[in-house]
Amino acid sequence: MAEKNDSLFSKKNLQLVTGPLGKNNPITVQTLGICSALAITVKVEPAIVMSISVTIVVAFANLLASLIRKSIPDRIRIIVQLVIIATLVIIVDQILKAYAYGVSKQLSVFVGLIITNCILMGRLEAFALGNKPWPSFLDGIGNGLGYGIILVMVALIRELLGAGAITLPGIGEIKLIPESFYEFGYANNGLMILPPMALITLGIVIWVQKARNKEIIEHK
Amino acid sequence: MKIFKDLIDKTKPQFLKGGKYEKWHSVYESFETFLFVPAKVTNKGSHIRDAIDLKRAMSIVIIALLPALLFGMWNVGSLYYLSIGQADATLFQSFAYGFLKVLPLIVVSYGVGLGVEFIFVYIKGHEINEGFLVSGMLIPMIMPIDIPLWMLAVATAFAVVIGKEVFGGTGMNLLNPALLARAFLFFAYPSKISGNTIWVSQLSEKKGIVDGFSGETILGQKINGVFESYNGFVGNKIGTWDMFLGNIPGSIGETSTLAILIGAAILLYTGIASFRIMFSVFMGGLIMGSIIYLFGNPENALHQISPIQHLFIGGFAFGAVFMATDPVTGSQTGVGKWIYGFLIGIFAIIIRCLNPAYPEGMMLAILLMNVFAPLIDNVIIQKNIKRRLKRSPIVVSEK
Repeated sequence: MAEKNDSLFSKKNLQLVTGPLGKNNPITVQTLGICSALAITVKVEPAIVMSISVTIVVAFANLLASLIRKSIPDRIRIIVQLVIIATLVIIVDQILKAYAYGVSKQLSVFVGLIITNCILMGRLEAFALGNKPWPSFLDGIGNGLGYGIILVMVALIRELLGAGAITLPGIGEIKLIPESFYEFGYANNGLMILPPMALITLGIVIWVQKARNKEIIEHK
Repeated sequence: MKIFKDLIDKTKPQFLKGGKYEKWHSVYESFETFLFVPAKVTNKGSHIRDAIDLKRAMSIVIIALLPALLFGMWNVGSLYYLSIGQADATLFQSFAYGFLKVLPLIVVSYGVGLGVEFIFVYIKGHEINEGFLVSGMLIPMIMPIDIPLWMLAVATAFAVVIGKEVFGGTGMNLLNPALLARAFLFFAYPSKISGNTIWVSQLSEKKGIVDGFSGETILGQKINGVFESYNGFVGNKIGTWDMFLGNIPGSIGETSTLAILIGAAILLYTGIASFRIMFSVFMGGLIMGSIIYLFGNPENALHQISPIQHLFIGGFAFGAVFMATDPVTGSQTGVGKWIYGFLIGIFAIIIRCLNPAYPEGMMLAILLMNVFAPLIDNVIIQKNIKRRLKRSPIVVSEK
């Protein structure tokens, strides 16, 4: 860290965190990590836990990869990246199993599958290998949060309409739709908890975002 | 009529470009063309001129739907009076009851569907077209009579937005919007659109229902292992002819194959619907029905439905005549239409007989083939291009 041109939270560095939340979102704009976004958004609680796990893994993977970026031989960089990611994922998985067994059960294989989450490889390849550790770390945090925001948004819509309740970590299930609605003939939408509706909900989120922000519409 | 004409002419400038209500031009225009024949004609670029346009084609489909709709209204009333033990209700009584029950469904379907279309047209500045005219009529006809109105509204909005508008509106949709509305309800609120008590009006509330009355559909009986079909009361046996006439429980418009065939005749005579699709769906159903009838499990009532009866019960005939022939979502090529229709028939019977979860397969079969229709067309067209290239004396060099 010889050259000191940026302060830790300069505008440029902060943009690394805020960018992925909005117009450079990993899911809705870069279309990375869709698979897990569809699989674990039935309930809010696993979605939140998943988001935190991914944020931690991608931030520290970015940091580690960036630290050793100059000594990684170019030809084997993918395998080195995979080793870093896999190590972190296993640590996260073990921690979840130890301290949040219920959620870990719900997430099942998807914690392990963070290894194959395109956001991780994407950020390592595109950012960490060409930038210094601190910006890489912030970039990881930003992308993890950007991923989490969409995940939680989709999960909120799906759980509210599909089960009439919201489950939050540590608090448990909160019934949001009052009983009187059901007596009037309201019914939970069973389609919402099926995977196709995750895709459609995600599509609507992207639609709304693109309608509000014309910059991110790609032109051929 | 003159009043309308004057009003339209007088207000026109305000809706043209630069006028006060420029943004409402599309809405204005839709009312104008609804009342009067538009003055615009194509004057270049089109090689085939024909008096038929979207509006006329849609209107003919509506006319073709009328027999099934009117019969459905009577059928709703007739089954209701049967269920409360007034088998002597007159034709008019039954019809009036059914009319009052079905009318709200039609109003909601049109209201929500057109409302959504108006919003999109307003935002995008497109012109309103008649795309929803038929869907709005089809949606209530494939619903059980007691479907709650708000569910119908949600399903219609979903079908129009996700099924049609996101793809670019009328003529661009991949899936049949009416079937999408039904599929949405089928998976979202299964208790209101499947089961044994929802097909006859007010049966699920169990008020004044005569002892021993059962409102199961024929397919519902079969899946429960009943070999001899009955109507209303166990032991009240019915045969193929009764299934053809259609005084049986089911979705509103689909029970009477006779009324549907009248509609089919209108569609075929006017050239609106494709004969190839319609015929091949029935052929596919007949062939698959025969295969299952001959080689199926003799202890499974579903496998023992005769192939002819397969065509008369459930939504098979309605789907074949009004849904599969949708010119937008079906195949466009000649050979493609045969394949498309044939596979719909086959899949409908396969899902019906071999899948214990869904006693009726027409909806899913058509939706499935809707998705495959562009692929079928592509294969046919590519084959055609190759064949012609081979015949052509000019050697085309491919770069």
